[in-house]
Amino acid sequence: MANIRTMSFDAVIVGGGGSGMRAALQLAQSGYKTAVITKVFPTRSHTVSAQGGITCAIASDDPNDQWQWHMYDTIKGSDYIGDQEAIEYMCQTGPEAIFELEHMGLPFSRTEEGRIYQRPFGGQSKEFGEGGQAARTCAAADRTGHALLHTLYQGNLKNQTTFLNEWYAVDIVKNADNAVVGVVAIDIETGETVYVKSKATVFATGGAGRIYASTTNAHICTGDGVGMALRAGFPVQDIEMWQFHPTGIHGAGTLVTEGCRGEGGYLVNKDGERFMERYAPNAKDLAGRDVVARSMVLEILEGRGCGPDGDHVYLKLDHLGEETLNAKLPGILELSRTFAHADPVVEPIPVVPTCHYMMGGIPTNVDGQALTVDKDGNDQIIEGFYACGEAACVSVHGANRLGGNSLLDLVVFGRASGMFIEKQLREGINLKDASEEDIERAMSGLNRINNSENGEKASVLRAELQTIMQNYFGVFRRGDFMKEGIEKLKALRPRIENVVLEDKSNAFNTARIEALELQNLFATAEATAIAAEGRTESRGAHAREDFQDRDDENWLCHSIFYPESKTLGKRGVNFNLKTREAFAPKVRTY
Amino acid sequence: MLNVSIYRYNPEVDDEPYMQDYQVDTQGKDVMVLDVLEKLKAEDPSLTFRRSCREGVCGSDGVNISGKNGLACITPLSEAVKGNKLVIRPLPGLPVIRDLVIDMSQFYAQYEKIQPYMINNSPAPAIERLQSPEERAKLDGLYECILCACCSTACPSFWWNPDKFIGPSGLLQAYRFLADSRDTATEERLAKLDDPFSVFRCHGIMNCVQVCPKGLNPTKAIGHIRSMLIRSAT
Amino acid sequence: MVTTVTSLGRSGLSDWMIQRISAWIMTAYLMFMVGYFIGNPDLTYAQWAELNSGLAMRMFSLATILAIAAHAWIGMWCVLTDYITVRLIGPKATAIRIFFQLGMIAITLLYVVWAIDILWGI
Repeated sequence: MANIRTMSFDAVIVGGGGSGMRAALQLAQSGYKTAVITKVFPTRSHTVSAQGGITCAIASDDPNDQWQWHMYDTIKGSDYIGDQEAIEYMCQTGPEAIFELEHMGLPFSRTEEGRIYQRPFGGQSKEFGEGGQAARTCAAADRTGHALLHTLYQGNLKNQTTFLNEWYAVDIVKNADNAVVGVVAIDIETGETVYVKSKATVFATGGAGRIYASTTNAHICTGDGVGMALRAGFPVQDIEMWQFHPTGIHGAGTLVTEGCRGEGGYLVNKDGERFMERYAPNAKDLAGRDVVARSMVLEILEGRGCGPDGDHVYLKLDHLGEETLNAKLPGILELSRTFAHADPVVEPIPVVPTCHYMMGGIPTNVDGQALTVDKDGNDQIIEGFYACGEAACVSVHGANRLGGNSLLDLVVFGRASGMFIEKQLREGINLKDASEEDIERAMSGLNRINNSENGEKASVLRAELQTIMQNYFGVFRRGDFMKEGIEKLKALRPRIENVVLEDKSNAFNTARIEALELQNLFATAEATAIAAEGRTESRGAHAREDFQDRDDENWLCHSIFYPESKTLGKRGVNFNLKTREAFAPKVRTY
Repeated sequence: MLNVSIYRYNPEVDDEPYMQDYQVDTQGKDVMVLDVLEKLKAEDPSLTFRRSCREGVCGSDGVNISGKNGLACITPLSEAVKGNKLVIRPLPGLPVIRDLVIDMSQFYAQYEKIQPYMINNSPAPAIERLQSPEERAKLDGLYECILCACCSTACPSFWWNPDKFIGPSGLLQAYRFLADSRDTATEERLAKLDDPFSVFRCHGIMNCVQVCPKGLNPTKAIGHIRSMLIRSAT
Repeated sequence: MVTTVTSLGRSGLSDWMIQRISAWIMTAYLMFMVGYFIGNPDLTYAQWAELNSGLAMRMFSLATILAIAAHAWIGMWCVLTDYITVRLIGPKATAIRIFFQLGMIAITLLYVVWAIDILWGI
């Protein structure tokens, strides 16, 4: 029976990272009763690890910079399956959102004129690709995510947002109308299970990089939002699109910012050759991340990798000089010395493409409203349910995200969701209350784990899952391999559902949380596998050896994974720009 | 085999805390302390600790490692192991919830007390507020704090008066806003710090500086706050 | 609840300043005395009495006595509010601390009065 305590809010945000706290801030400022459920103290969220910056046409580096150029770059970078309406909104609204953050106190680095410092990042151009490299990424040294996350937390403190820190959302509660009316959550410290009831439930749960064995992502990036949405029967979009960041530290997986290459660093193979000149003659090391990552893997596969096993390449920074490195990339010096045992001032950093970002997620519109697709292929809004940030797929990143666009996505769409919910709350939201059974249903997964007796350990199963994903769904993919991977996942499913929780104590039981996270990892991985096998083309980050070309005829669209049937559908890409004609797909070269 | 001794306490089971001994095969590699904890948790899922980014920027895994506070994820065994033994305890001075997890409420309360947000009530410009690189440079060494609490829980003054002494971490942040050219609440902030406890319980023993995993210097920031208080009083 | 009622300067800054200034006075006095003893290896009672009967020297000694008193007051107050607190030793702490503080204050004042009596009794 569901005799658990109920807490009621106007809006509940699940996830205390960049997008969640930006949405919460908007709502707290408006005076609505808002709570943030976050499984770690907010400043420990993964946004904190973002390094290089936040891309936005604020016209500081180049006074003539235009947001339309940024829009063009983003659409091209997405390999044309980013929704153009959403990209337009993001690039146009971006400067306002950035200036708000600055007014809130974000300690951006500065130019001599006192404006925000901008550095070049991959895939950036002027004049719609014709005017050469742009420098559009606003930076706080190489700790932009840290500065942003702390600023947002501080803003929320100022506006007295309610934080349910170290609470873990277990599952979505749906009412009789299939609308979302809150979540069941655990207070990790006490183990108490609570129904957190809300008129608006926003998923800002971040990514799921931990489905791969090698990832730049934090331990906490376990796809909780995607997992919960799938279990509730809601579809996910473009979930096969995973970005492999070119420069993860070899062995450790820790991220080294693209800003290194923005500041003038470059990649070399074992012969000391700057190989990106061959793959991307114009943009070289600042081509799209998918392009650079694939080039690196090709170098390694063709025997030009570095190290005794020839399994990585080098990122060279020493030519930039100690002073520049200390001023612009202090965090990188620290990370490299700690995790690569290499001092970038004198020697190169060993790097390898590493899973970094989930372009797919819960499909939403620009207001953050989560969508599903009905039988006739029409978008249907899911009442009460919203998503933003990495967990969402409003689709500004399409098949490949540009560096610096994730932080912009967080603040722009966190803000947009907040503003839209504020408007809806003002107009009045009436959703049916959840019944006992509705709440009971949301607790079934938790109950199963709490009653588990003889299964396998979460740590063992998680490692198996990560290895399967790494081996069968990595940078290069092949149909027959992926089919094999899907079979392996199928065999893993019952074992993961039967995971054992030996320690059933209540106080700060992280084993329970890890068992629950494992379910979400698996759900995300399975969706990824089926969608990757289903998209029979190469586009952006999705590179298939058996379908090497982009297939605009069949696949200039989003993929939609339906959890109940475990099948793949399609959803049209939005080409409706408000301010100009849409950008038609072109061959993507750098 | 590495001998590891870890502080254990589960309030539902144990009457009092105890040290549990483990043996870990690190294959001679100089891994991080967090890797050892993760390895142990795979075997014994009841072992409880916080962790998130595993690269020293989120501040989750502050623990006391062989007597010194630090982040488990960026402390290599070569720095922490003495005589083939690694001893891991929770950060000292705050209540233990379970094993290595401490209740940080008092630490966060001190942070909130210093009003850790920009105060500037003049109308915001249409673009950013301008700030010269020199003015911005004053924030270096301050804004990087990750709130891991290694410093405050290494400070005896914070142990004795965690409810009244703001502690090195909070004071570093207090100075971060005092030093920001864009913040206009300097006098108001200083007035709130001028009691015998908030700032002045710092006796300059510099434990905070010694343990800060980000290499920051709270003692220096506290010195700057004192100077500002003196200047504002005269 | 530890309050600042029994602190000397009532504000952290003034306490801190008093500690610094009193420390300088004590240091100066100490150095003067050490220098004086080194400079007068065969010191007689007459010389010693003469030194201490001058008004300037009396004022110097008085200032030092007051500096020691203030320094001790603030220092002891810090020590007591560090260790004898409800957090550390329970609800009786406040009563115990006030007892010690009042005792400390009484002893300090007694010493000051006694020292003045000595200085002007020469």
